[in-house]
Amino acid sequence: MLASGVLPSPAPMHIPDGFLTVAIAVICWVLAAAGLGVALWRSGKTLGPRQVPLMGVLAAFIFAAQMLNFTVAGGTSGHLIGGALAAILLGPWAAVLTMTTVVSIQALVFQDGGLLVMGANILNMAIIAPLVAYGVYRGVMALAGQRRWGLFVGGFAAAWLSVVVAAVATSIQLAFSGTSLLGVALPAMAGVHVLIGIGEGLITVGALAFVAAARRDLLQPSDKPVRGLGWAAIGLAIALVVTLFAPLASEHPDGLERVAENLGFIDLAQDAPYEIIPDYALPGLSEGSPAATILAGVVGVLIVAIIGLGIAFAIARLRRRPMTREVTE
Amino acid sequence: MTMSMETCIEINDLSYVYHDGRQALQGVSLRVNPGEKVALVGPNGAGKSTLLLHLNGILRGDGAVRVLGQEVAEPHLARIRAQVGLVFQDPDDQLFSPTVFEDVAFGPLYAGLSEEEIRRRVGWALAQVGAEAYVERVSHHLSLGEKKRIAIASVLSMEPEILVLDEPTAGLDPRTRRRLIGLLQTLPQTMLVATHDINMVAEILPRTVILDGGQVVADGATDDLLSDAALMAAHGLEVPHCYTPHAEQHHRQ
Amino acid sequence: MRDYFHVSRIMLMHIHALDAYRFKASLVHRLDARVKLVLAVGFIVSTALTPDGAWLAYALLAGLMLSVIAAARLGVGFVLRRSLVALPFALAAVTVMFTTDGEALLTVHVFGGDLSITDAGLTRFVSVLLKSWLSVQMAVVLTAATSFPDLLRAMRSLHLPKVLVAVIGFAYRYIFVIADEVARMMRARAARSGTLSLSEDGALSGNRRSGGSVFWRARVTGGMAGSLFLRSIERSERIYDAMVARGYDGEVRVLRHPTLQLGDLLIALLFALVLALIQLLARLI
Repeated sequence: MLASGVLPSPAPMHIPDGFLTVAIAVICWVLAAAGLGVALWRSGKTLGPRQVPLMGVLAAFIFAAQMLNFTVAGGTSGHLIGGALAAILLGPWAAVLTMTTVVSIQALVFQDGGLLVMGANILNMAIIAPLVAYGVYRGVMALAGQRRWGLFVGGFAAAWLSVVVAAVATSIQLAFSGTSLLGVALPAMAGVHVLIGIGEGLITVGALAFVAAARRDLLQPSDKPVRGLGWAAIGLAIALVVTLFAPLASEHPDGLERVAENLGFIDLAQDAPYEIIPDYALPGLSEGSPAATILAGVVGVLIVAIIGLGIAFAIARLRRRPMTREVTE
Repeated sequence: MTMSMETCIEINDLSYVYHDGRQALQGVSLRVNPGEKVALVGPNGAGKSTLLLHLNGILRGDGAVRVLGQEVAEPHLARIRAQVGLVFQDPDDQLFSPTVFEDVAFGPLYAGLSEEEIRRRVGWALAQVGAEAYVERVSHHLSLGEKKRIAIASVLSMEPEILVLDEPTAGLDPRTRRRLIGLLQTLPQTMLVATHDINMVAEILPRTVILDGGQVVADGATDDLLSDAALMAAHGLEVPHCYTPHAEQHHRQ
Repeated sequence: MRDYFHVSRIMLMHIHALDAYRFKASLVHRLDARVKLVLAVGFIVSTALTPDGAWLAYALLAGLMLSVIAAARLGVGFVLRRSLVALPFALAAVTVMFTTDGEALLTVHVFGGDLSITDAGLTRFVSVLLKSWLSVQMAVVLTAATSFPDLLRAMRSLHLPKVLVAVIGFAYRYIFVIADEVARMMRARAARSGTLSLSEDGALSGNRRSGGSVFWRARVTGGMAGSLFLRSIERSERIYDAMVARGYDGEVRVLRHPTLQLGDLLIALLFALVLALIQLLARLI
């Protein structure tokens, strides 16, 4: 009924109003504004007077590309969110600006995502997703050197991880707001997006392959102020921060409340009779229960991936020095 | 709007090479006097659009391009761009603002005019093209013909001395085309029109320049050039109906 | 009949749905766009601040919402239909029913133990749904009663970054243009791959012999995205040329917003007052 075409949004990641507390929404706005400020500044410097028409048209492109579906299995479709593709094709800060535009229009025109919580949606889909994607992409490209597989593995990994990390961030924001139980929301959202991320990865790679064949020159990022290592570190650091928040939100509700008290959040509720973090026992998260295992698994995989990538990175960097004259295809 | 006494457009030995190495223009020379209405015809790939883009400095080639007596280069560019109204082939490229008003106001706004003057010019320009009713409309709701007229208005509002149009009648149905041709006839500016519409050329543009392979192969009175069947055929052009005797006219169902 | 590629129905059949604006000669439509934007966000913040279980406050907010809908002459059915968008996300909040401390109302036996819906949990859940539903309705009214160009001008006027607003304006303008290109691409692909078909729900689709792996389909879709990307870059270059031809120098310039009318300001203050009173009431009772 609803899914058959009323909703243009591809993924269940656009948080509507009412699902986040005002405090969390404001925090996300502040973070989003900071990221957006940097993006406006940097993309302005890189693109110059072309910034406005180029970013605008490409945001429209992302919007249209999100509407390309293909059948995965039965009734489900795979389609594109676009954060990773934008980051790889446009560079990280231009991607932030473009995706912010997309998220804004989705909220303003389709009510896909709320207005008060738009800061959180921007943070997840327009800042975290592209930056993580770019970090992973540059990391893998640095590893691969000039070899062709770098583009495809990097594109896929970037797209997949950006979707999953954005989903994790979303569930954390919901948990902090007391709207969802983290032990259920995180595995559910992450689980769903582990699958959606595959579709995202495949389409991203397909698009990159096309662009590489037609206009290879467009794939060299025009702004290289920070080298590949630096970018991978930034992207992965973001992923790490997001994942580290997860156990914080779930295992120590008291600790979180204490933190909230210290930072004055509880006062923000203005004598409301409800609590920001409810004092409930977490039935799913007792030792050895399925939800706890899933949660541990997801977080574990992410951390291992990050560490593994980092190590492989360092090795590749060390190994690459005598091989700078490697012949390219 | 004052008529300049100098030559409006003066191009001397202009050459331009595309990024991929192809020669787009080769030694093109052209002079257009104030008030002239000139057609630029030739097969696709002849370099017509490329030539037009040199007139306001979007492209810079080798050779001299002077507009209204000034070289098309800094520091004259801003003034030249206000004087040369370039109407692009695809109106969707030219109507980029949220509303028609903002599109037509764009030129005057960036010329630094007062708000009052901007509003006056928008009203005037839209009236010239018969589109006053569209002022608060959003561009994507308009038909191709309407968009083409408003694209012209967006350029007229700068009160240019020269109008340069790239394929103004392309894609229009006969009625809309007739309307657009009528509009072009009413505009007093010096005109340079790149077009495939050979019948329009015969009707309203007294002088024709034939461009082929990046070179000017003919330049003269429309009647002379267009009735020269051999010349037209040599450059992939058709002789307009009005020059063909009845018996030879191709009969369509 | 399987369709392996399809374009969201909304795009092919409902291009105009991308324009949420519905013109009516109403008070709300005539209000200054800045006032509408601020009041809409204010309403949403207000619902978010309303405590769980403050049913009277929710009822009053709903009443306020209904009167706004009436003033905008939009029709309750219209607004309700559009507001269903937020509904699926309600699933995310379901867990709250089970985990809030309180008197158990209903207990189910699940692996791992008992799960109970508590009264406090139910209150919280229903409150979240109400907040969300009311907020969406207000957003629907805002966009239906305010043309997008007016919204853009309001955002600029309220000091959102000029460049961002300009980019959003361009994106909005060119979504239609690019959507048309996608439709053309889909038709071309469908025509090449065999049968061109229009399925019951109106989706245009092309069939391939059953088979064609998921990977192949993803690659083809990706290829279309890539081609669309290159065409978009080229178009943005042409647009930039057109801007430069009319004097663009890289700075975003706009005309001044007309001054705020006293009447609009008074309405804004009145509305804000009502919201404040509802919040006060919610905490007193």
